[in-house]
Amino acid sequence: MTAATMPAADRQVGDDVRVTFLHVLRSEWVRLRSLRSTWITMLITVALVIGVGALACYGYVSREHEVEAIDPTFRSLLGWVLGQLAFGVLGVLVVTGEYATGMIRATFTSVPQRMTVFFARLTVFVSTTLVVLVPTAIVAFLVGQTILARKHVDTTLGAPHVWRGVLGCALYLAAIGIFGMGLGWLIRNTAGAIFALVGVVFVAPIIAQSMPDPWPERLAKWLPDGAGQSIIHVHVDPHRFGPWAGYGVLIGYVVIVLAVAAALLRSRDV
Amino acid sequence: MIEMTGLTKRYGDKTAVDGLTVTVRPGVVTGFLGPNGAGKSTTMRLVLGLDRPTKGTVTINGRRYDELAAPLHEVGALLEARSVHSGRTARNHLLALAASHGLGVKRVDAMLDLVGLTDVARQRVGAFSLGMGQRLGIAAALLGDPAVLLFDEPANGLDPEGIRWIRQLLRRLAAEGRTVFVSSHVMSEMALMADHLVVIGRGRLMSDSSVDEFVRRSTRHQVRVRSPKIDEMVALLRAPDVHVISAGAQTIEVDGMTSEAIGDLAAAHRIALHELSPLGASLEEAFMEVTGGTVEYHAEEAR
Repeated sequence: MTAATMPAADRQVGDDVRVTFLHVLRSEWVRLRSLRSTWITMLITVALVIGVGALACYGYVSREHEVEAIDPTFRSLLGWVLGQLAFGVLGVLVVTGEYATGMIRATFTSVPQRMTVFFARLTVFVSTTLVVLVPTAIVAFLVGQTILARKHVDTTLGAPHVWRGVLGCALYLAAIGIFGMGLGWLIRNTAGAIFALVGVVFVAPIIAQSMPDPWPERLAKWLPDGAGQSIIHVHVDPHRFGPWAGYGVLIGYVVIVLAVAAALLRSRDV
Repeated sequence: MIEMTGLTKRYGDKTAVDGLTVTVRPGVVTGFLGPNGAGKSTTMRLVLGLDRPTKGTVTINGRRYDELAAPLHEVGALLEARSVHSGRTARNHLLALAASHGLGVKRVDAMLDLVGLTDVARQRVGAFSLGMGQRLGIAAALLGDPAVLLFDEPANGLDPEGIRWIRQLLRRLAAEGRTVFVSSHVMSEMALMADHLVVIGRGRLMSDSSVDEFVRRSTRHQVRVRSPKIDEMVALLRAPDVHVISAGAQTIEVDGMTSEAIGDLAAAHRIALHELSPLGASLEEAFMEVTGGTVEYHAEEAR
């Protein structure tokens, strides 16, 4: 049809242009890197993870008496508690930012295969964030150990399970970011998706704690943050999931949200 | 070529598009006309696969939109609603779209140049005026050098010079053999822009014809008559098919009789006429005639 109605000489773009997964990956990378909000939220996450971790270690060594024995790895990575909020918000924004501005219409007219966009965005988000999060977790750990060394309660990357805890911090935050993305696709509204995110990672644990026994312990074990954070602990709490099992539970929740979001994305009008 | 067959879209119990069967052909500018709320934008969204039809089909060059291998190369669309992330620069916006098809910086810069946005290419879109946003939308539509172009209310927010520019652009694109489908609720724009007209009202097809034919077919021809003996004239014109209304001192407008017949009648009764002028039917009037009963929200007529 195209050839019959338009002489080839008039076309400035060759007929060999195609939408491929690689092209869409590249498009998604341009999108992610060209928004200030991406870099601001990443910077906030990095600052929170390193800063709060350092503060927690300093708080410990500044006390006169040793209150309790600590997990030095987990202590130096304590910034995950706040970092997850910034990072979850980033996940939400890479999706809802397009719905809020109408960009989503340009997105799906340029690439009508919605699942291609869905998976390309996921791939770019995960790889970019891990590139930022892994060094962040390592720096937070090293800074924290330097502080803890004053009371000789520090540990090293060579100690058993420490690497897993440090990388686990990056993996945990990446999972929360993806969770935010899933909520974004599902709810399609920035405020709504952030509200849901805060509800799940912040409010639900508080509500769980105020419930009668045995619910606080049970819920703490099963809630996304409670289960997922096992991977950051070197000293594993016997009442909780093991590191990989707990992370598996978190990933399970993330996969459920993504699957529902993907199914709705396929069937809904944009 | 865009082909719609029985295209229908319902939102709940509200039917936005109702059984449209229309073929939009290459090489001409096809105007898509209808009052606000008639279903123009919904139709555009259905063509682009953003909304799924409740019933019926729409294809572009024989294929469903989501089956196109290179959508930007086959269809360029400018939607009425803004479709740009306000936090990105104009250039990055186009780069992101271009990258999905393997198109590069050169093509993006050529398009920025074409629409006159080169100087502001590195500014964030959020600061753009309505007209600049519209130009960016047009650059995005032309990015893939598409054979089919869809423009939803392209003149929105443009100044008169911009409107003239887009009119010439659309005509040139059609002359190059492309299919150009452009919607508007402003009739005078269409008269200057379109060769062919598709008119809808309340989601239904009202007319599908050339602009000339549309005007000819759907207007009643009126004649203005001014005479010092206008009362005698009115008495003479009294007939079942003839409709007379007063249009000021000694002036009437006659509907249902040609100017020749009125002139002869006056001469036969020796009545002097000071004016006898056929009122040219405009596209505007033809449009009101066709869609008059279908407007969703009538404003109270000013008295």
